[in-house]
Amino acid sequence: MKRISIDPITRLEGHGKIEIFLDDAGEVANAYLQIPELRGFEKFCEGRLVEDLPQITERICGVCPEAHHMASVKAVDDVFHVDPPPTAKKLRELLYSAFYVFDHATHFYILSGPDFVMGPESDPAIRNVLGVIAKVPKVGLEVIKAREMGHEIVEIVGGRKIHPCGALPGGMSHGLNEEQRQHIEGMARSLLEFAKLTIKVFDDVVLANKAYVDLILNDSYVHRTYYMGLVDGNNKVNFYDGKVRVVDPEGKEFVKYAPREYLEHIAEHVEPWTYLKFPYLKKVGWKGLIDGRESGVYRATPLSRLNAADGMATPLAQAEYERMYSTLGGKPVHATLATHWARVIELLYAAERLLDLSLDPEITGPNYRIIPTATPDEGVGIVEAPRGTLTHHYVTDEYGVVKKANLIVGTTNNNAAISMSIKRAAQGLIRGGKEISEGLLNKIEMAFRAYDPCFGCATHSLSGQMPLEVKIYDSQGRVLRMLKRP
Amino acid sequence: MAKLKIAGYWASSCGGCEIATLEIGDKVLKLAEVADIVFWPALVDTKYHAVEQMADKSIDVCLFNGAIQTSDNEQLAKLLRAKSKALVAYGSCSYEGCIPGLANLTNRKDVFHRVYVETPSTDNPNSVFPQTKCQMPEGELSLPEFYDTVRTLAQTVEVDYFVPGCPPVGKQTWAVLEAIVQGNLPEPGSVVGAGTRALCEECPRTRQEKKIKAFYRPHQIIPDPDKCLLEQGLLCAGIATREGCGALCPRANMPCTGCYGPPAGVIDQGVKFLSAVASIIDSNDPNEIARIIESIRDPVGTFYRYSLPSSMLRRARIK
Repeated sequence: MKRISIDPITRLEGHGKIEIFLDDAGEVANAYLQIPELRGFEKFCEGRLVEDLPQITERICGVCPEAHHMASVKAVDDVFHVDPPPTAKKLRELLYSAFYVFDHATHFYILSGPDFVMGPESDPAIRNVLGVIAKVPKVGLEVIKAREMGHEIVEIVGGRKIHPCGALPGGMSHGLNEEQRQHIEGMARSLLEFAKLTIKVFDDVVLANKAYVDLILNDSYVHRTYYMGLVDGNNKVNFYDGKVRVVDPEGKEFVKYAPREYLEHIAEHVEPWTYLKFPYLKKVGWKGLIDGRESGVYRATPLSRLNAADGMATPLAQAEYERMYSTLGGKPVHATLATHWARVIELLYAAERLLDLSLDPEITGPNYRIIPTATPDEGVGIVEAPRGTLTHHYVTDEYGVVKKANLIVGTTNNNAAISMSIKRAAQGLIRGGKEISEGLLNKIEMAFRAYDPCFGCATHSLSGQMPLEVKIYDSQGRVLRMLKRP
Repeated sequence: MAKLKIAGYWASSCGGCEIATLEIGDKVLKLAEVADIVFWPALVDTKYHAVEQMADKSIDVCLFNGAIQTSDNEQLAKLLRAKSKALVAYGSCSYEGCIPGLANLTNRKDVFHRVYVETPSTDNPNSVFPQTKCQMPEGELSLPEFYDTVRTLAQTVEVDYFVPGCPPVGKQTWAVLEAIVQGNLPEPGSVVGAGTRALCEECPRTRQEKKIKAFYRPHQIIPDPDKCLLEQGLLCAGIATREGCGALCPRANMPCTGCYGPPAGVIDQGVKFLSAVASIIDSNDPNEIARIIESIRDPVGTFYRYSLPSSMLRRARIK
């Protein structure tokens, strides 16, 4: 048995590695995504004050702390049975929309963009964000500016650029004055232009190139699964609030549940070879790492959110939504690489929503907080993190000291699907006797890069590629070949 | 002059320190003129084995973030210590243990039981746990060992400099990088990228006499935006925390939680914070004092949120 190790791939809550086993004929026998890290938040949150959890749990991820901050504070609102005033909810969603714009932009341009702008089999030395900047310099600067503006909005509303502190049960710690609102409005207008530019870049670079469209639709990147996403009262995509809707592989609604009902619908499976659990749909059941209607494996990604919803709540994003489905042959789309298209549509939605909220007369309102008065007990908060539905569930004593905490984190939702996608891409691309080139390995990486797994975020930050090492072993464990990148 | 060789690494951490280093923005390009980044998984593509092949002390400066919680973390800490002239504990996790260090209130067995068996969404009737070695039909898979106790970098290897913060703010990171490039680093063992005094010194809030009859939790009162938060009964850690961030949380009307660690000269942040709190309680009645103290329901999470592994508190044994 030959073996290919991709180690480290880095960052989920940190690190990751991929092991691909070849059989004697050189065909892929199996592939494993291993997450070699655990930190134990579910345990050490016990004994903490529940109102501190929005600032403690965001230390799960410094790439998307805003998502944990929001899911956590919504859970704490629920623990205290408090409904924050409209201004507070709008401030939170404003912060969250700004976060989505720069987070999705980072992934599209810096992480996965190089694969398309430079080409999936281009020289790895230039297949990175610096290559992208050299090829389209104006866009590169726009990305840096968008990141800076997004972070600035997070700091104004949330108090800090990284690990915000502003959300607490009952609302936000401070409001917005008119001067700040105008400043944010100005940045929101720029970010909306940036989002439109991004759609155009996707058109020009990806959709205009038939080879890329063929790659997106290539069978090696297709899985028929259930799809999950948060929707508003009109079944439109929402990142901050609503109910979780799941559609089946035919696109029909399977279930729609409120945060407090999540345990009726989601369960997690444990495997001994990875520290990360495998969530699945409880009512379908765990059938292993397989797709299809009979398997409880679901996906929670930008594409999943679009598949699970009936549309987008803003006009420009809605038009793009319709264009994507008409181009790719209707709903649901099962092509994993179409996630990139869905991501730029979500980026456009987030920018439109950000501008709407910055123009909302209530956003500068004085009632950004109410003091909770009920006895704390138990609560669940759900938001859509960029990398999947994020669930926080706390149980406290009557003083609001945490007794139990349960967390189902964005990327974790996709643990099974990412493993399956790697195996399928490897099986489709690695063929007995065929040389295993760097470009081919990159195409395997593209299968999981589409999920924007959190273990990719930081790793990819500038280089746009995994620190990748491939060793091929013979059945006695001797290294036959070693491939290094670049 | 030969270019400086700089490396970076994360161990058990959230990635926020990596994002924080990117906050230096376009100054990255300035850095590139004077320094080569020889290993930094977040920025450039160099493999572990390439680091193993480097000569000892061939890296000028290594910025290491993250705590030591697994055998992988420990291996890399030792490797990078050997290869680096100056090893910098960058950020609260490597400096003090930070939030992951709260795991020292528990242990591997209890973490595993909670995560893999007890959590209400987990379906694991046979109590399967992750194994360091696992025999699969196709071959053996391995995982690093998860430790009972989270350690700081300095509890694992010798450390030359410490940069506090969860995460360090961008301007401080740039100041440290400038000092490195100009060869301006202070005595080994120093804290860099922050001031020496307490956070209160850079907090814009007005201070008067501190006399407290009751402590409040942040959600229980709407504090005056201009007055000292501690004087209003909120457990603001600024009084026991090093200046350097610009008092971000108090400016946002939230108490400081202490992420920049203790000010210069203070060994144990929790002790400092606790003694400060004890000295402002405005009562001589033992019963009233007991009542006021009792309202602090999570002393460890309040006084040692970021510094438990580096503190004087040590558990005597693991149950």
